[in-house]
Amino acid sequence: MKDIREDIAWAKINQDVMKSLENPRPMYWVILFFAALVLAVGIGCEVYQYRTGMGVANLDNPHVWGLYIGTFIFWIGMSHSGTLLSAILHLMHADWRKPIYRFAEAMTTFSLMTAGLFVLMHLGRLWQFYYAVPYPNERWAWPNFQSPLIWDAMAMFTYLSSSVLFLFIGMIPDIAIARDNMHSGWRKKLYTLLALGWEGTDRQWRNFRMTYLTVACFLIPLAVSVHSIVASDFAVSQQPGWHVTSFPPYFVAGALYSGCAAIITLFIILRYVFKFEDYMTLPILKKVVRLTFAIAMVWTYLNCVEFASVWYSHDAASKGVLIQKMTGAYAPFWWAMIFCGSIVPLIFAVKRFQTNIPVIFATSLLMNLGMWLERWMIVSPTFSHGYYPWTWDHDQWPSMIQWGIVFGSFGWFTLLFMVFCKMFPSVSMYEVKEMVYHRSLHLKQNGTPVEQTVEQGVH
Amino acid sequence: MSVTNLLDNWAEVRHFHPIDDKPHDPYKWAMSIDLDACIGCNACAVACYAENNLPVVGREKFQHGQVMHWMRIERYWNEDDREFPDQGAEFLPMMCQQCEAAPCETVCPVGATNHTQDGLNSQIYNRCIGSRYCSANCPYKVRYFNWYDYPTTDNVWPAEMNYQLNPDVTVRGKGVMEKCTFCVQRLRAAEVTAKGEGRIVREGEVQTACQQSCPTNAISFGNLVDPESRVYKQWKAQQVDLAKDEQEKDKQEGGSDLRGYRILEDLRTYPSVMYLERVRESAV
Repeated sequence: MKDIREDIAWAKINQDVMKSLENPRPMYWVILFFAALVLAVGIGCEVYQYRTGMGVANLDNPHVWGLYIGTFIFWIGMSHSGTLLSAILHLMHADWRKPIYRFAEAMTTFSLMTAGLFVLMHLGRLWQFYYAVPYPNERWAWPNFQSPLIWDAMAMFTYLSSSVLFLFIGMIPDIAIARDNMHSGWRKKLYTLLALGWEGTDRQWRNFRMTYLTVACFLIPLAVSVHSIVASDFAVSQQPGWHVTSFPPYFVAGALYSGCAAIITLFIILRYVFKFEDYMTLPILKKVVRLTFAIAMVWTYLNCVEFASVWYSHDAASKGVLIQKMTGAYAPFWWAMIFCGSIVPLIFAVKRFQTNIPVIFATSLLMNLGMWLERWMIVSPTFSHGYYPWTWDHDQWPSMIQWGIVFGSFGWFTLLFMVFCKMFPSVSMYEVKEMVYHRSLHLKQNGTPVEQTVEQGVH
Repeated sequence: MSVTNLLDNWAEVRHFHPIDDKPHDPYKWAMSIDLDACIGCNACAVACYAENNLPVVGREKFQHGQVMHWMRIERYWNEDDREFPDQGAEFLPMMCQQCEAAPCETVCPVGATNHTQDGLNSQIYNRCIGSRYCSANCPYKVRYFNWYDYPTTDNVWPAEMNYQLNPDVTVRGKGVMEKCTFCVQRLRAAEVTAKGEGRIVREGEVQTACQQSCPTNAISFGNLVDPESRVYKQWKAQQVDLAKDEQEKDKQEGGSDLRGYRILEDLRTYPSVMYLERVRESAV
């Protein structure tokens, strides 16, 4: 099977993608409604927590972090695969990424925004958050540059601003198409503004390519560094179960894993909601599934590395945490994480399931659940089995308020993402055309030889 | 505000090892607690509540683990194989260990917790934004977070109880971290008085609230660099060196008969509190 049909006309590509800006299936509105509902619950919980105090989350004194930090890592992690698809695979000339990288990049941006919310609302004094920003002030008081939280804030902000830039730059030619095809109204004005006067001249294309490539190169080290720095929040600390050298690569692998799983979920949803069956094809899905499978195995391997190094380190405290994870109060969640993260993806080893949409959809949700559990299992068990015996067997379970905010973040993400997909072309029109063009060239080459000049003109 | 300024300031507050730090001149406040003398009466904890305006959070929040006891008495059973009352109850008063290389200080994003020149681990309530990273990284788990707004909405001190509050200590609002300060308000008052008289604080001139209220004198507190102080003598006698992560006496074959030890010393936190081990009959 082919990644994309070679005989799709360029006009049809424009038409199909432009249709997604106008009339999606009714399911779109259902999703939007539920996302808004869930977000409203989250906002309600946050307002209550803000007014009353962090205690309503049922965090307590030795156990000061909980689902908030776990879910924060989850959202940061999810943001990594967008960059993998759009920047890394771009440099590797994997052209099957072309129809799907746009929404993956949007996912990156919005999940980073969601993660940013968690950093803020987790603070005890949210209204003083700017103390953590190095701004000039009359007291000459700086943030503590030694703290991984500061590295975190800076890495995230850099990553967020570059991802927004990257997403926007990649969209310029498509926004121009939208501008030219949109009936007059506020949206046409918006596209006109955002298209930056794009006309598709040779010079513009040349500059565009250079810029896009440069930003892509700039983004790749960021994608690795951001989650490594999030990992340092834990690895730099002194606590058993966190103080693990392999945490940065482990976190990056986990990030790519959960990101790929999320891409699969969104792939299937978008394909249905916006009728993208011709572009988000099964062969492409199969490639993503295989990529996810490979990353799942890397993650499983790194898990084993971590367990083995803890086990053979003969560090009683770290070992205690590991044993407590496996057998203590958190054991059901820990084993669920192993099941969802390492066992469930094995289903993709069977070829038949690599293109079975219901199976893939269910599996991707389970893998995401597993990755979310993983983050929670990194954060919480250490608090209930640290160095100091007073904290041992001190379980803490999140309150409904804490669950509500975590739940609400999913609504926030879905809302932003769905609105984006209806506002902007979520399939890259110009790159799909490129892809179709290359394929058809290939066909012609097999038949009659093609003139050199034509091929040069493409690049 | 230049980069130089930033680098200079930073270099001043951060150190690699306490030995490289400025000498504790003329004060290094430290403590020693004799577990053999401790009877677990909790008087120290109560005194701490009174001295430092700690909120009494009530039954429900206590059950949720949101209690604010800067000083807590922990109970351990030393002789698990025996029946009560010979089970070997042991009490351990635990409070901030005022580490010389405190794990909490390096991780605070805003630098709200710092080291003072007299060897205290200070907490600046006004600067704290409540990220709780300090507590997450504290090996002793002795930091307490204000989960609610105790003074106002929770109304821990109703109007008629206002006079009960210690005027020398702030009342903390919601969202900030707090912990034992070694009764810094008393230390500062004594230091200022002594400075006015052109001398240093004499042994016995200043006491912490817990020390003052201990019926068995289990707690000694004083200036570790003053050879006249009881704390200095005890640390010396027990051969416990502040700047070591493993004491010479413990390196000997078969260990040492001396009772002095510091908790989780090998984590290189260099705590300022020395405990004197309880002597058990079975061990003699």
